[in-house]
Amino acid sequence: MSTNSPSLGERVVHKEFPPITRHRLALYCGASGDHNPIHVDIDFARAAGFPDVFSHGMLVMGYLGQALTDAVAPSRIRSFSTRFAAITQLGARLTCEGTVTELIEQGGEKRAKLALTAKDQNGEVKLAGEAIIAL
Amino acid sequence: MVDQSAVGRAFTPVTARVEPGRLRFFLDTLGERNPLYREPDAARSAGYAAAPVPPTYLFCLEMMDAPDPFEFLTALDIDLARVLHGEQRFDYHAAVVIGDTLTFKSRVESVTDKKGGAMTLIVVVTEITNQDGVHVADTSRTVVVRNVVPS
Repeated sequence: MSTNSPSLGERVVHKEFPPITRHRLALYCGASGDHNPIHVDIDFARAAGFPDVFSHGMLVMGYLGQALTDAVAPSRIRSFSTRFAAITQLGARLTCEGTVTELIEQGGEKRAKLALTAKDQNGEVKLAGEAIIAL
Repeated sequence: MVDQSAVGRAFTPVTARVEPGRLRFFLDTLGERNPLYREPDAARSAGYAAAPVPPTYLFCLEMMDAPDPFEFLTALDIDLARVLHGEQRFDYHAAVVIGDTLTFKSRVESVTDKKGGAMTLIVVVTEITNQDGVHVADTSRTVVVRNVVPS
């Protein structure tokens, strides 16, 4: 973020990510410690009622967090939360964005509330979240 | 089905160390190039004792070092194949950096049935402290159990 006094409605977070591949899911399985086979084993995913494996929600939240800390120093992030609105499919090309929705005083400091989204190439919202950052 | 008797149930505390090699694997997997996470000098000039962890990495540390990462599903008799991640929240109180040893203490905060029992939402909250007893973060995850699986 170029300024410590962002304005309401300002888009301060924006980053695009490469398509999600099976290889990426396998790497994330190992790197994250989340070994749930539903994200890497198509047989398991089908038996669970899904047509194919799909992304870990936390991989997408990891991308959203990366977009956030490209713009805001991690030490300024007070909270970061998301709702996993829809399953992120293989091939999804994600765009992560954050817009200032509120300027507040909290805990003795000036803070901003950011509305965060991760959308795929069709504009479908996969994650909808929020961060509170110190200004 | 999970019911209200699960509320308050606590799970085995997990101790996890922030190791540089494992953290680099995570950074590489996400294509994270921010020098703050990768270069000790960049971290030090930003005021950290060592490189900090990215904002979602706390979730990973708990799973990586848990003797049974799906303990709470087993304990509540939930089939892993029926679980989806509904929501995730992190509240940060102090920096977590390479070399830290963290303790994760988790318990069930709430159990809510949705859609006439077709789904159950379970909220698990986790308090995280470091090797000096500093309360560094709190996390909250909402797990969605699909009681009815579409055929």
